[in-house]
Amino acid sequence: MSMTTQTRTRLRDNHTVRAFVARVFFVFFIVALVTFFVVPMLWLFTAPFDSTPTLAVGIPDWTLDNFREMVENPFALPSIVNSFILSGGTVLIVLLAGAPAAYVLSRARFRGRDTTLYILLLFSSIVTGSAAMVPLFFIALQLGLIDTYHGTIVILAGGLLPASIFILKDFTDTIPRSYEESARVFGANSFQMLRDVVAPVIRPGLAVIAVWAFVNVWSNFLLPFILLRTPSKSPAAVVMYSFYTEGGQAVIRVIAAFSIVYTIPVLLAYLFVNRRYGFRFYGGIKG
Amino acid sequence: MTKSQQETQPLPRVKEPAGVVVSRRGALIWLLPAGIIVIAFLIAPAIWTLVLGLTNYRLTGIEAKEPQFVGLENFENALTDPAFINSIWVTILFVLGSAVFGQAVLGFIIAWSIRNLAPRVRSSIELLVILAWIIPSSVVTFLWIALLNGQEGTLNTILGIDTEWLLRYPLLSIIVFNIWRGTAFSMLLSSAALASLPPSYLQTAKLAGASNWQQLRDVVLPSIKGYLITNLLLITLWTFNDFTPFLITGGGPGGKTETVPVFIYQEALRFLELGYGSAIAAIALAINFVIAMFYLRSSRRNAAR
Amino acid sequence: MRIRRGRVALGAGALAAAMVLSACGNGDDSASDSDDSGGQTEETQAEETADEEAAAPDAIQVEIGANAVRGGKNEQTAAWIEDYIIPVCTEELAANGTNVEIVFNGRGIDDEDFKSQLALDVSSGGGPDLMNIDGIWVGEFAEAGYTAPLAELAPDATSWDGWDQIDPAVQANMSYKGERYGVPSGTDGRVLYYNKALFEEAGLPADWQPTSWEEVLEAGRTLQQALPDVTPIQINAGVAMGEATTMQGYLPLLAGAGARVYDEDNSTWNGDTEATRDVLGFYSTLFTEDLSNPDLQLLQDGRDRSFQEFAEGKIGILGEGDYFWRAVIEPTVGNFPMADRNDVVGYAKIPAKEAGAGLNGQDFVSMSGGGGYVLNPNSGNPGAAWELLACMNSKESTLALVGDVARITQRNDVNAEILSEDPMLSFVATEVLPVTAYRPGFAIYPQVSVAMQEASEEVVNGSSANDASASFGEAVADLAGPDAVTNN
Repeated sequence: MSMTTQTRTRLRDNHTVRAFVARVFFVFFIVALVTFFVVPMLWLFTAPFDSTPTLAVGIPDWTLDNFREMVENPFALPSIVNSFILSGGTVLIVLLAGAPAAYVLSRARFRGRDTTLYILLLFSSIVTGSAAMVPLFFIALQLGLIDTYHGTIVILAGGLLPASIFILKDFTDTIPRSYEESARVFGANSFQMLRDVVAPVIRPGLAVIAVWAFVNVWSNFLLPFILLRTPSKSPAAVVMYSFYTEGGQAVIRVIAAFSIVYTIPVLLAYLFVNRRYGFRFYGGIKG
Repeated sequence: MTKSQQETQPLPRVKEPAGVVVSRRGALIWLLPAGIIVIAFLIAPAIWTLVLGLTNYRLTGIEAKEPQFVGLENFENALTDPAFINSIWVTILFVLGSAVFGQAVLGFIIAWSIRNLAPRVRSSIELLVILAWIIPSSVVTFLWIALLNGQEGTLNTILGIDTEWLLRYPLLSIIVFNIWRGTAFSMLLSSAALASLPPSYLQTAKLAGASNWQQLRDVVLPSIKGYLITNLLLITLWTFNDFTPFLITGGGPGGKTETVPVFIYQEALRFLELGYGSAIAAIALAINFVIAMFYLRSSRRNAAR
Repeated sequence: MRIRRGRVALGAGALAAAMVLSACGNGDDSASDSDDSGGQTEETQAEETADEEAAAPDAIQVEIGANAVRGGKNEQTAAWIEDYIIPVCTEELAANGTNVEIVFNGRGIDDEDFKSQLALDVSSGGGPDLMNIDGIWVGEFAEAGYTAPLAELAPDATSWDGWDQIDPAVQANMSYKGERYGVPSGTDGRVLYYNKALFEEAGLPADWQPTSWEEVLEAGRTLQQALPDVTPIQINAGVAMGEATTMQGYLPLLAGAGARVYDEDNSTWNGDTEATRDVLGFYSTLFTEDLSNPDLQLLQDGRDRSFQEFAEGKIGILGEGDYFWRAVIEPTVGNFPMADRNDVVGYAKIPAKEAGAGLNGQDFVSMSGGGGYVLNPNSGNPGAAWELLACMNSKESTLALVGDVARITQRNDVNAEILSEDPMLSFVATEVLPVTAYRPGFAIYPQVSVAMQEASEEVVNGSSANDASASFGEAVADLAGPDAVTNN
């Protein structure tokens, strides 16, 4: 393929021009993207520090009074602790019950495996909706789980398990069995295999599920609302709706301050997990 | 065993023949905890709910004390209820707009665009997108109400107009909202899918003179189709059952943003018509089932290729 | 599990903590949720300990459940129960030979959510002994068996002397099918507020009292001409405002057109009738002539915005309850305080469509609501619960609840004492309450109410009054059965 020098130069110049234009568009796109994501969040960074916040975003007068007022509310900070309890507990259950199950479902083949998983996935959408409220309440009542942390945790886990197993199984599927087979040859039993061979490799997947489940429960209003009765056990998602005045007007000062305090833990959880385990799907086996 | 090699073994999701990696007994034990939880708190209440759909049970009123079996009456009423039909239509638009054409596409575009950026820049952008996903629902509600407020909202302040977005363009507002909210998942999944793609594929294509766009179309997309399908399935189901728009618009104005989960909420928790609400949930389940089967078939066909 | 140790440890710690905490929480008995010591102020904890010491070993536990919580919604009620009722009534009942331990289970959530939680609790055999519910819930609770007539649960209730101090109409708000189920906690009335300053500017009288719908519309038109930046009239409509539409807008209009929601004599609901068409026609005029702002009826926070706009002098005439006067624009504690409220804000009775066209041939109409406490059939000792309820509704207790901010109570003797200071509230008590009406306590009322809201919203969106009325008639027929509706 020979070209004349002229053509080559012209091609190169065209290329450069095109590349330049493409680059401009690219930068513009990135800027637009960042703007799109940042603009709605501005309120979260300005309103809590304003002495008279409204729904508008403006330069705040940098006061911490709202936080003081929030702390005075007897339920505000304890509710954050409650959210931690519920979220952390649910993550634990989901990982402990879900990882082995996902592994088994990935390795074992039996008829209807996929269909069962899909059906469970579909059921989980009923159970996390409003219609299942009464059945869940009565089941919890029969088992003595009303107004308890552990009861709420295990029921929350139930709703999240299908999707977690689904994702983890898919993740585990991408890992060839060669390691397990060699480990088996070396006499490892199943438990050791799970712990020493599989778990480290699917660690990023576990991290993703952990964060996803944590975030899910952190936001969950419906189940804690149905199952927890004492205000002092209510998590932040429920308590957030109680910041009203005597007459039923939303107290934006407290809501704004609470919003930031309510958001920071999940942010930290994500950063922590990302730093330590890498927040990626399908890390896969390398080498 | 090391994870050191950041390497490039192609990872097609081949189903290897079932080796005896786990004994049958081991398998059952490992399935037990999840199994118990799922049976007690997922299958039992789900079936109970479906059965409730055949009654006229309410949480208050005479039907609370003496619910009666009404067979398929709830389903008949639902299918002739214009409000319900409206909610199905709204949901379809919502899901297509925000999940299928919104999150999935945007998520992929972002993943594709940032894949070669400097790590710091890349992580920062990812952080922003993910932040939108993890901020708690009740907080996000306030953020978007503040954004779209007609008189003093951020958007209007920037654009210098005074449109009451949630009244004039309610469905569009919640679609954009949901795209903002959920793109992170698709982005992460696409990133992972792209990371699993061996560079040699793209290298070959580039050498053969393919443009960026051609590389994308002919090399990348076909290879990661499986991931994309899984992603689409999950976000379709999640968006279909997503209740968050209610917190912003309350299903209004005039039912224009009343999706199926919002409709169920109104029936079950406001009118306390649990029998009717459960029937609606059953219909939603059926629709989800159809969607899931559709994806299952696509993914099987893709894997077989 | 080496790798996940960090996370596992954290999670295990959390789970362990959760189990310990929940075990503590479950130490007390299950059926009546005892209030946790976690969230209360020191004051109440000390009181509780004092109570426990003072209460005899065989003290009966009586639990009060209300949607009121310190630091949040209905704080005044929560404070009253915790600071006054618990000590005072424990003593009073002990003096009469009943040893009780009073427990307050307060929540600060949305009213509808509170109703669901209560229903769930009672239907499963639990729930508080005394339940604070809205008057319109009495019917559905009664039919579901979640409450029972006072005469049945506490025969002593019939001979309580307090009944003499409560108007029969107000009693009816906590009754169902002619039987008393509870004691009302107060009542209210609706009026037309107007901004005297704006009226003056537009040349309207400062002591305005319209005597027909047309006069209201005329005043609106005058305002519209003279002050184009002001929204002349705000009468609640639409679904977003919920029951506020029904109570402040639709039902007073309906009463003014001479009809009730439910006709007791014929046992039918009022559907697509002339009165309904009149009501919707009035709404239609408001919006076709631009006398009202449709956005306010459609926005989620429309009601709050209407309050704000009135307080800022941007609305001329507003139909609202006395709650607006004493809690929204009140100069010191209001949400949208108006410092010059007493000078600038006028109030007038709501006129019937024309003189004599209202309910019972009245010239003026209003609507009243309110809640109260009912007994729980699951209660271990309804007799003791009743004694507590009687104590809570004594003259002294009622005065204690009102405190400094006057409101209309259920007792005439208390009203006579406290309302003399506040001209607006005594206006309501003396002139509005006699012409007011109450909502029917049927289980399907809430859904009929939504149908009314939807009908008004259709008109806001441009439908004709006749069309909206027709679909309203259909909706009610669907709810109550075609035989129980009057559609003509």
